[in-house]
Amino acid sequence: MSPAATPDESLLERAPVLARDWLTGFLPGPARWLAGSLLAVVAVLLVFATLFALLTLAERKILGRVQNRPGPNRVGWFGLLQPVADGIKMLIKEDLVPRAANPVLHLLAPVVLLAAAIMTFAVIPYGRHLVPVELDAALLYFFAAGSATELAVFMAGWASHNKYSLLAAMRALAQLISYELPLLLSTVPVVLAAGTLSTTGIVAAQSGWKWNLVPHWLVFTPCGAAGFAIFMVSALAESNRSPFDLPEAESELIAGHLTEYSGFKYALFFMAEYFGMCAASAMAVTLFLGGWHAPLPALEAIPSYVWFSAKLLALLLGFIWVRATMPRLRIDQLTRLAWKFMVPLALVNVGTAAFWSLTFPWTGPLQLLRWAVAIALAAGPFFLLGRGLTSGLGPRTYRYA
Amino acid sequence: MSPLQICLAFSSALFAVGLAGALARSNSILVLLGIELMLNAANLNLIAFWRFSPHGSPSTGVVFVVFAIAVAAAETAVGLALVISIYRHQQDIRLEEATRLKG
Amino acid sequence: MNTVLVIVALATVATAAAAMSRPSLLNCVLLLTVSWTGIAAFYLWAGAEFAAFAQVLIYVGAISMALMFAVLLTRRTRSDFPPARASGSRAAYAILAGAAVAAVLLAAVARSSVAAAPAPGPASTVRQLGVQLMGPHAAALLVVGVLLTVALIGAVVLAAGAGPARPEGTR
Repeated sequence: MSPAATPDESLLERAPVLARDWLTGFLPGPARWLAGSLLAVVAVLLVFATLFALLTLAERKILGRVQNRPGPNRVGWFGLLQPVADGIKMLIKEDLVPRAANPVLHLLAPVVLLAAAIMTFAVIPYGRHLVPVELDAALLYFFAAGSATELAVFMAGWASHNKYSLLAAMRALAQLISYELPLLLSTVPVVLAAGTLSTTGIVAAQSGWKWNLVPHWLVFTPCGAAGFAIFMVSALAESNRSPFDLPEAESELIAGHLTEYSGFKYALFFMAEYFGMCAASAMAVTLFLGGWHAPLPALEAIPSYVWFSAKLLALLLGFIWVRATMPRLRIDQLTRLAWKFMVPLALVNVGTAAFWSLTFPWTGPLQLLRWAVAIALAAGPFFLLGRGLTSGLGPRTYRYA
Repeated sequence: MSPLQICLAFSSALFAVGLAGALARSNSILVLLGIELMLNAANLNLIAFWRFSPHGSPSTGVVFVVFAIAVAAAETAVGLALVISIYRHQQDIRLEEATRLKG
Repeated sequence: MNTVLVIVALATVATAAAAMSRPSLLNCVLLLTVSWTGIAAFYLWAGAEFAAFAQVLIYVGAISMALMFAVLLTRRTRSDFPPARASGSRAAYAILAGAAVAAVLLAAVARSSVAAAPAPGPASTVRQLGVQLMGPHAAALLVVGVLLTVALIGAVVLAAGAGPARPEGTR
């Protein structure tokens, strides 16, 4: 919770900072910083735990409606107490640990996964004055904290002492490391455009509006749009969501590396997956969608954290929509997609971003040339590589029922 | 003891642990782990001296460490590829077994 | 300030020593990952944030994965192992060598006169690091890039062996 709130911002905007100052005012001077940080941690955890509960319900309802059925609606009004029922079920289930399993690693795996997922929430600016930790290399911290999740996946597969769990863990690891590269490369254009690795700096670089109408969000530039697409697809794969959810495909391998987990530990894995999804969406909002900025100057009266939440919810609903729509990819299909399609596309995108930032001073009709070249550089390889990826497959034959 | 001496003692201890491990174990992967520990101890030294030195150029120590980490990563990849090649040849990765020049 | 340093140092050296002495290979790799995180904590204490995050990202996030894959791909079942030869004496000599090196280094450290002035650390921002990397050290950066590419291509070629297996001749 960083820069000081100036008095000319609205009361709603300054409300969280004022609340924190009032609460920590009861403590002596040196403890105030610690209490403020603890308050930030508690607030982030509460908000995202509630979001996790409501997101599980929203997912089941939306999936249900897409599949022409109502989804859970028995518990509470419109099924709103379903997450509570699920939580109670997970807590009272028997916790089975296989006798030959390594008990320390079996317990540590979900803990490490959840810890890494929660640590990634620390550098995201949720509002104008609402970033828990302000770091100079915040983007690098985000990816470093996220890379510890791979270790936990392996520990889960190994500790179960089950050769199928181990194979599934190695498959999940292959997927995670394949998609980490496009994820990292797609943020390089953002760093090029903003000139800093700090998340608050990146959000500040996307402030303002062109002609008082179009915001300066990076998704409205060709390299930013391509980067956004690559980032979202890689985030889908990094959090094991459909269509990349082979590691936990219930219909195919029971639960993959999580087969031997039950009860509360399984709930922790589940929670860590949703937290990863939320963190990736929040980072996409920060990097590409302008963070907490409002889309139009007239709408600035609405507080910044409301805008951040709206954009975050839109991205999460996009995740759920993709899950409802697309079939699952096999492991060889998804690794081929990663290495032969996403990585070259992300590398070409870095080149496009370099061209974009070098031609910044062009004006007049040269601007049109700049846009045309950038769009060609962003879209051309997409079609060429896509053609190469799907070549050799037969023509589609449709048979109507 | 000044903080710099504590840092240097820390890195010396880590280096000695890595050296003892690399010499004692017969599994090639553990020898590689010992070598990684020694490289990390050297990086520790670099950061310790960067922290407590007069500030000439502000980031030289960190630049050095970034390069050292990159080179260590490359060396680990090549070392592990060698281990896998040896395993494919003789189905055992213990160092005492890799005594033949044939193949 | 010194207490944090001493705690981090003791924890890292303890986990590293445990990592080098466990019989189970995978436990060794996991304990070494913990000691790498301890080293990253030391970098954070020293104020080199970029180095700390790079250490976690590269060592804990990538090198540990490569090590685990190598461990899993080169396993043998316990029944295949012949009994270990006399490795107790070898371990003793190795520990003796390590202790000798440590003694020499620690004597040098203790005897040298370092200024005890705890000056505030240098403020290294990412911008300065970038300027340094792209300015005076640009040639080294390019060389390291080429080195990484060549090393990884070589590693892939080495590990892939003789190419895809030829199909069975007579069936």
